[in-house]
This record gives sequence, structure tokens and C-alpha cells, in this order.
Amino acid sequence: MCLAIPGKVVELLPEDRSLAVVDVLGVRRKVDLGLLQEDPPLAGDWVLIHVGFAMSKIGEADALAQLRMLTELGESDAAREEVQGYGLGEEEADEEAEAAESNAGP
Amino acid sequence: MRFVDEFREPELITRTASEIRRLADAKRHYRFMEVCGGHTHSIYRFGLKDLLPSNIELVHGPGCPVCVLPMGRIDDGLSIAEQPGVIFAAFGDMMRVPGTRGTPLEYKARGMDVRIVYSPSDALKLARNNPERHVMFFAIGFETTAPSTALTLMRAKAERLRNFSVFCNHVTIIPAIRAILDSPDMRIDAFIGPGHVSTVIGCRPYGWIASNEGKPIVVSGFEPLDILQSIVMLLRQLNENQKKVENQYKRAVPWEGNRAALKAMAEVFELRPYFEWRGLGFISQSALRIRAAYAEFDAEHRFSVPGVRVTDPKAAQCGEVLKGVLKPAQCKLFGKECTPEHPIGALMVSSEGSCAAYYNYEHRKTQALTYLSQTPVSIGETSV
Repeated sequence: MCLAIPGKVVELLPEDRSLAVVDVLGVRRKVDLGLLQEDPPLAGDWVLIHVGFAMSKIGEADALAQLRMLTELGESDAAREEVQGYGLGEEEADEEAEAAESNAGP
Repeated sequence: MRFVDEFREPELITRTASEIRRLADAKRHYRFMEVCGGHTHSIYRFGLKDLLPSNIELVHGPGCPVCVLPMGRIDDGLSIAEQPGVIFAAFGDMMRVPGTRGTPLEYKARGMDVRIVYSPSDALKLARNNPERHVMFFAIGFETTAPSTALTLMRAKAERLRNFSVFCNHVTIIPAIRAILDSPDMRIDAFIGPGHVSTVIGCRPYGWIASNEGKPIVVSGFEPLDILQSIVMLLRQLNENQKKVENQYKRAVPWEGNRAALKAMAEVFELRPYFEWRGLGFISQSALRIRAAYAEFDAEHRFSVPGVRVTDPKAAQCGEVLKGVLKPAQCKLFGKECTPEHPIGALMVSSEGSCAAYYNYEHRKTQALTYLSQTPVSIGETSV
């Protein structure tokens, strides 16, 4: 929770300006931009994500360094799983999350 | 010990480590507290202690949200899960944290509807998709996650959702640091300030630590080099008798913080008069509750919760470890009854908890070395 996940903004969504599609370690999910409304990111920008919300913009080199560190901390699978779990308006993401949950068992 | 050339920038790491040795006064003992659990994880994972001279001691702070939550709050949240028609939603970190009658996962096994969510907005979505059920989101975290909960509640209100509530356990970092400084058994020379909390609150709120308490604080990033550079900055301040707030993590932390996030928090939350922290006891104005304007989304308002105080298992010394008075391995249960596989205290659950970090890296390493030293490598019996 303390460690942010860096993601690259791939697409801004015209129908809902508070959401953007972000790529994290090859996984694409919608992320909430509502907390960056004073300085909204553009497609191609990198953001640090906490619990589905972009919290700050960072440079590409720093984002890549942070991704490398998540891998070294053994947290990159957890990060990928977290991002895969984001279900913002995406039905297939929901199903995946539910499938993952039922596989995980009690 | 980790080989220095495994690091991303080995020369810079070597140079920074030798700068630390040059700056540290051999006659002094330094105690630096890293406030954030993310730093604790990084310090153990990268074996940074091995790069520091023995007179620099890193003390692990209270910045692990699941670790500081007292068991009574977990019981209160789970009591709502037991109500008919309720879906209990929480982050994965919470799922293995023990309450008096089990962890959320064990409640799930007993038939309660417990779901892992990765974002508060996913809990909101669950509520939209299950109009006949009530979705309660068990919110935890410092200022890093509180704005996301706030924005989610603003959206729930705008949509006039009737079946969504938040059990709010958001806490704030500044009063926790104050409690540590006020604690008579603590002596801290300087602070490694939290990185991602500071992306929200900025650097200004730390000003009193420098000006009133006379302690340097450097807001730090999470990479090995970040943490070592922050230690250099702290040593320089101490050597020059300066007390300042400095920002080592400028690439992510603006001095003023994130105004939109602070605004969302102010709209939805207000300070509780006091809140209980595991290990630190009751701290005034240290946690957030949901404002009256959002009362219909406040689980504590909608449901009656027992609000019982539960003391931790007697033998567990989570409190002392949280305050930095004891090292993880000094707790009587560490590595015996309490392990990451079977945690008794919350510090063993989260990867940001100092016990789990210590166990996963230091303890396992020591065990392996002991094993190797006791295992004969050649035909031991015949050799002399």
C-alpha cells in the first residue's frame, strides 16, 4: 500500500474524463485521475498509482526505476495482480478478479 | 551480505556508502527512524544495514496501516460482516489480519460474504452491481489511500447510492510521529520521512519536527540509493547542527503536496478527537472519521458496532516493536508461534510490517547460514 505502482497513460477516455487507460507491466486497466485534476496527465505521461487512483505524475526514467525496484522487492506480481483486479467499468476485469478469487479459495 | 554490484548503480551505491562512513562521527551513536513501512521493507530486502557503519541504527516506525490497527477495530468491522445481506470488502492486506474470532478469510470460510478489492472504487462497483445487498468497505491507510476513499464517497453521494458504506480506519502520520517523540523511552536523532504519504501532504506538515523538536527529517524515495542519500543528508544536517525538512524524493513529492487530494479529504473527513493505535495507545486527533454530511455512508453510523477494546495477546510485543523499542527478533513469539504463515500480530502479516520484513530477509538468511554451518560438507566423521 505504501509502494506506488507506476503506469503509463495509454488513452484518455472522452466519455469520462476522470478515467484513463493505463499500462502497468503489460496489463491495461482503467485508473481514476480524479486526484490529479489540478494537473491532469496526458497520453504518454507516467503516473504513480495507489489503490486504483493516480496520485502523482513522474518522469519516465523514474517510473522505470520504480518498476525495477518493485520487481526486486518481489512485489511486481502483487502489483500486476492489483492492477488486474481494478474493476473500474470493465466487466471482463471483474470476471477475471472473481475467477482469481475463487481459485484462491477461502 | 548482498554484493554491492547487484545494485542498479553500484558505483553510486559504493560512493554514497563511503560518504556515510566519512560523515558519521565514530564517537556517536545515531538512531534514525524510517517512518514508513515501505522503507522498512526496502531496507531489509536490499540488506542496507550491511552498508552502514555499526553506529548508525535504523529504527522502524509505525507507518504500516494494518500493523497500527488495534484488534478491536478489526472485530468491529467483522461484526458488520456478520449482519444479514452485507458484503464485507477490504484490501488483500487485511485478509489475514487476526481479529479475536479469526481473520476476514476465516470469516469467509465460515460463510460470511468477504471480498478482496484492490480499490475503493471496486467496492463502489460491487454496490452498484448488487443493489439488494449492502457493501461495506473496510478502509485503512494513511494519507496515501485516504483521498481515494474520499473521492469514492463523493461519487457514491453524487450517485445517491443507498447500499454502500465505509468503515473508516484512516489515520494520519503527523500525530503518530508526535507520539513517538513524546514517548519517554524513545530517543530518535532524525527521521527518514515517508515518500508516498508526502505526495499527498507535501513537506510543510513536517516543519515542527525540525523547528520545535530540533530533529532533521528528509522525505525519501524507496530505492536503495534514495535511502542511502537520505542518510547522507541527515548526517550533513546533524554535523552542521542544522534542523531542516529536506526533500530527497523531489521526483514524486511536490513541496506543497497534492491539493486536489487534500481537498477531497477535507470535503469528506474530519479529525476524530482521539483514536487508538496498536502499540502507541490513544492519540488525540490522529485519525479521520466521516463528516455528518456523509453520515449515510458511514458504517459506524448505519450499524451498531460493539466498540470493544481488545488487548493484544499478552506474549506478543507488537507495541514495543511498533514504537521501535524492541527489534522484531527480540519479541518472545518471533519466528516461533508467530510467523508470516501463522501470524499472531499484524506486524507479521503485511510485507510492510517490520516483523514480516525481518523474518523474510534477515531471519531466513540467518537460519540458512546456521543450517549450512551445521551441515558437514565433506565426510565429516572420518576427517579430523
